[in-house]
Amino acid sequence: MALENPVIQQALTDSFGSAVSDFQQIHDILTFEVAADSISEVMLFLRDDATLRFNFLTTLCGMHFPDASTDRQFAVVYHMHNWIDNVRIRIKCYLNAKNPQIDTVSSIFLSANWQERETYDFFGIIFKGHPQLKRILNMDEMVSFPMRKEFPLEDGGRTDKDDRFFGRTTDNC
Amino acid sequence: MSDSKIITNAEAPEGYSGEGFFATKLSDVVGMARANSLWPLPFATSCCGIEFMATMASHYDVARFGSERMSFSPRQADMLLVMGTIAKKMAPILRQVYEQMAEPRWVISVGACACSGGIFDTYSVLQGIDKVIPVDVYVPGCPPRPEQILDGIMRLQDMVRTESVRRRSSPEYTELLASYNIK
Repeated sequence: MALENPVIQQALTDSFGSAVSDFQQIHDILTFEVAADSISEVMLFLRDDATLRFNFLTTLCGMHFPDASTDRQFAVVYHMHNWIDNVRIRIKCYLNAKNPQIDTVSSIFLSANWQERETYDFFGIIFKGHPQLKRILNMDEMVSFPMRKEFPLEDGGRTDKDDRFFGRTTDNC
Repeated sequence: MSDSKIITNAEAPEGYSGEGFFATKLSDVVGMARANSLWPLPFATSCCGIEFMATMASHYDVARFGSERMSFSPRQADMLLVMGTIAKKMAPILRQVYEQMAEPRWVISVGACACSGGIFDTYSVLQGIDKVIPVDVYVPGCPPRPEQILDGIMRLQDMVRTESVRRRSSPEYTELLASYNIK
């Protein structure tokens, strides 16, 4: 018998109550929100529970919503995969823009190590307890977190690029 | 392509010849020798590098122009060919490679990305390698065909052939390097 979404939802609400919320199915994947301070316990439960068995962290990434209210401007999204029943879930943790911090899950899944570094590199989200939280793709001297919406995508030092040829409307020529 | 024909022996420079002697300028002889044995150092990071592989292989055969030996050590190369997108994180490495080359050294920037950043108008990509090292010849194209790369090499040969032997110790050259903060 395959693992059904209501079973996952019931098991999580029984164990964590209001820390898990907003269950919905988006593009065939059960998606829900977890309070940022309980992500480690929820993920450990999902991995170790005898019926849930989400043994694989597919990916994690950051998101930025500059127009949302201050306590929901950043999010970390986790995708997990149960290899035994072939079921996937998507977890979202919203963070406060003043202090975007969340516990690391690299102690639960080692694969999260580099992915959390990448999320820090591009969004400036701090993963508490991460063994080596430093930039991974961008150069170390960089001061901005380039995937945050307030930072311009273009290189400020460019001299011979015409915005019209890059699908932008602002005129720099 | 430029109109020079393929020759197996380098043409003698301008000079006076008589019975049993030939007199010419030292810088012409040195220029001829340098231009006909430019050792390339390929610095290939993306698709332009693939075009260069065709350029150096048998069909286009860059060896016809005296570049039979690809040098993968910057210390034994004359001509740095930068082919592909250079990320800003790569820029110090490119610079270090350039600094490790012995004088005289020349640089060809192959392709739109190396010349100007190309389509990558973004925070992570160097907007042209001439922001970090001096460039002698720019080869446009995305990617350029092997003929264009060969043409770029031949243009550089023209420059090398006519370069003064004193250029590398001239104040202008020192100033050029100083503007890139290379000592």
